Parts: sequence; C-alpha cells; structure tokens
Amino acid sequence: MKDLHQFLISPAQAAQQHGPHDRIVMSSRVRLARNLRDAAFPGWAKKPERVRILEAILPAVSALPEMADSFAEAMDNLTALDKQILVERHLISREHAAKNVGSGLVLNRAETFSVMINEEDHLRMQALRPGFQIREAWNAIDHLDSALEKKLNFAFDNELGYLTACPTNLGTGIRVSAMLHLPGLVLAEQINPIIQSVNKLGLAVRGLYGEGTEALGNVFQVSNQMTLGESETGIVERLEKVLAQIIEHEENARQTLLEKKRKVVFNHIGRAYGILANAHSISSKETMNLLSLLRLGLDLGSFPGTDRALVDELLLTTQPAHLQKQLSDKLTAEERDLIRADMVRERLKDVNRPVTK
Amino acid sequence: MQCCVCKEKPATVHLTQIVGEKMQKLDLCEDCAKAKGINDPTSFAMADLMLGLGASQELDPSAGTVEIKCPRCGFSQADFKKSGRLGCPECYRTFAEGLAGLLKTMHKGTRHTGKAPEALRKSRETGDRLKALQKKLNKAVETEDFEAAAALRDEIKALSGATPIKAAK
Repeated sequence: MKDLHQFLISPAQAAQQHGPHDRIVMSSRVRLARNLRDAAFPGWAKKPERVRILEAILPAVSALPEMADSFAEAMDNLTALDKQILVERHLISREHAAKNVGSGLVLNRAETFSVMINEEDHLRMQALRPGFQIREAWNAIDHLDSALEKKLNFAFDNELGYLTACPTNLGTGIRVSAMLHLPGLVLAEQINPIIQSVNKLGLAVRGLYGEGTEALGNVFQVSNQMTLGESETGIVERLEKVLAQIIEHEENARQTLLEKKRKVVFNHIGRAYGILANAHSISSKETMNLLSLLRLGLDLGSFPGTDRALVDELLLTTQPAHLQKQLSDKLTAEERDLIRADMVRERLKDVNRPVTK
Repeated sequence: MQCCVCKEKPATVHLTQIVGEKMQKLDLCEDCAKAKGINDPTSFAMADLMLGLGASQELDPSAGTVEIKCPRCGFSQADFKKSGRLGCPECYRTFAEGLAGLLKTMHKGTRHTGKAPEALRKSRETGDRLKALQKKLNKAVETEDFEAAAALRDEIKALSGATPIKAAK
C-alpha cells in the first residue's frame, strides 16, 4: 500500500500551482456520475455487492493511462485522519470520507483526477484544475470517461441519458463547479444579490466544502444544478459566462472599495494581519476568515515582496487534519488552536506590516 | 394556515407549481422555507423540496393498489420517499410514471441531449433520424404527395432495413 502522505503533493507545492484568474478563481472542477448497468446503486446494494462492484471498477480505473502510478485504495484502508486530509484538499467529498468497506478512491499523481468509487453512485470521477479552467477540466474528464466506457458497461437510457442514484444527477451526470474567493463582494455587501441572481439562472452557490456548508474565508462554490435536457458543453459554456461576470463584479467591488472605502478595507486587512501575526491561540475558522483578508491585501498590493502562495499554503496547513498530521500526539481542539497560532506567527515573522500607500 | 413541514408555525411562504395537469402547492413558515433554501421559487431549491414532499405524493400509489416494487432490486416507492435515491438503474423504468413529473420540475428538459456511450451513439442517431423521416412520411401521405412519400419510404427502408409503419390516413 502506498503511503498517502508521501503520495500527496506538499501544501507548499500545492500553493504554487497557478491558473488563469487564480486571484479570484481558486480552482475548477468537473465531476461525472456513472453507474454500472447491472448492479444496485451503492446506497441500496448490500455489502457483498458493493465489494464486488469496487473490485470490478478499481482495477479498470487504475489501468487507464491517465491514472498511471496512481493512489488506488479501498476506503477501509484509510484512517479517519487520512480521509479528513483528503476532504481538506477537496479531493474527496465529505460523504465519501464517511465510507468504509466497499468504497474506494483512485487519485493520480498530479492530483488532477480523483475517482471516487461507490460514493452515491458507482463512479464519481472528477477532473481538477487550478484557476479558471472549467473547459479544460471538462475535456479531461470527457476523455477519461470515454476510455473507461470501453471497459465498463454504464447504465444509459436513450431518453434519460446516464442513470444515477439520485434523479437530480440524471442525464449528463455532470457537475461543473468553480471555487471563488470573493472578499470584495462580501465587504461591499453585494454578495447576497449576486448569489440570488446566480440562483435564478439555475446555478447553485455553496460554501467551501460543498453542499450544506458555510462560506468560510469568503470562499464560494458555484455549480450547475440541472443535468438533464442540456448538453455538457452547453452547461460548461453557460457557467463560463456566469463565472466571467462574477469575476468582473468582484474586481469592480475591490476597485470601488479602494476608491470609496479605503479606511474600511485597510482596517480589515490591518486587523487581520495584527491578529494572525500576534495571536497565541486561534481557531481554524477564525484563521480562514483572516487569511482571506490577508489574501485580499496581497491582491491589493498591501504586502509587497510577499507571495500569495504563503497564504494559500497556510489555508491548507492550518486546517484541523493537516495540523494534526504534522504532530505526533493526538491533540484536543484547544491544543491545536495554540499550535496553529504558533505556526501562523512563525510564518508571518518576515511579512511586514501592510502598507496603505 | 399552518406550515406543511413543521406543522407548527403559520405559513408565510406559498409556492405553487404546475406539473403536467396537476397543481402542487406548498405552504411553509419562514424558518422552514429558509431551511429548505427557498428564496426564489424558480430556483432548484423548489425541486429539491418537491423531492422530499411532492415527490412522495407523486409516487404514492392510489389507495388500495399494491405497492410497486422494482423487479430487479426490490426497491419500493416507500424507500424512495425515505432516501430520495433510487435502488438500481432499472428503477427508472419501474417508477417511470411517477418520476416523469418530478423530472420536469427538476431539470431543464426531460430528454437527454448530451454525451452517450460510443457503442450506443450510432443507434441513438439512427433512431432520431428514423423518427424524423417517419414524421415527414406521414405528412407526405396526408398531403397526398406520393412521389415524396415513396422516396421517404425508400430512405427509411435503407436506414432501418425494415418497412416503415403505414400512416393511418
């Protein structure tokens, strides 16, 4: 068995990955749901059937050229901490982290493909890209899907398309999403009308970890809802247009804040720096919210000489499971808050106070 | 009026949706509406809610009839009501009738227009073309344009290897 932690890209490396518009679009992903024709969906299949499905799918996925030298493992072979780290990296869903016997994961070396086996559907395959690259992600996962359909019999109906456990995913089984950092719209109090108008277009806006989660650190996920009656490329193009507009609104909001509410913006950034650079105990939630403001400060030129990668790395390493992994002893939440504060102070030691020009 | 979810607080959010010939109404209090994420009736949240409430009504067998079970996997309508998920691919055929209305509220259309497995792509395209040709043929027969009808008949024959269904005149 491969060691997950030797396999995973280090947080420092992960923070160095760049893509178009990554000031605002942190990452893009396209997920496809697929099921085998002759088996019950994972939620209904009994354990032996799930194991049989896993044993059929896992080798087929691992053998794809894109997945050469991949991390392929049954979920019951991963510790709770490993699973939580994968969630914090956005490589598996929280639902999948709760799975054990009969579920699995295949992750490629570059972490650009993650295939969950027996999550809600037999296959949830996703392509991931840094920055605004949903079209690239679609092309990549389309290619992987076409290769896999030669080996596995997918459940497909001429009228209804790909058949999925939940009718909400029926048809294309696609979910196109982008993770957006929108501190400008939040500070300008324009985020709610934006969310509402995006909802009206049939798109969903969610928090950092998907369904039913809050928007920590001003990070929002925008994705399609409807999967039937519109082609994959139609959905990708529609989302591209909406995302381009959100990016523009965020840029405008930042510009307007700088022109009309300089004191408000610099007050937020200055206080965020003050707390992060001096705190001796800090929760992961507060850390995320303050790092978001630091990231905004970096974008606005308040921290000349500091790379945004520093903040992006801290956004990962200060999360509970990542923090726990760096330590040998199992810590309580309170103890983690102390260590987290020590780590952040240490990393911000060489970052000068924000300049306000 | 009481909220139909918590059955406690007064309903202040009223949603009406017409599915096929049937009208579905939901009356919710503000808290339940918020919990269900409803701030815009045209948004998907409505469909999501229907899945929990309306769906069960849609799928409920009329009183007195035996509950339908999927012959392949044994999944029942009650199971769907509980989980909002189906049992196996075959369930889509078993529960087709009840699902039709639900899919309409949930999606942009009811017919898949995207990617298909390559092995099926050809037969899918042929099927679509045959349907279109048959339609044209019916029209030609109707308007007594027999020359066009003969040509269309030959085309259908070549495409399907079978004789087209005679249009009732």
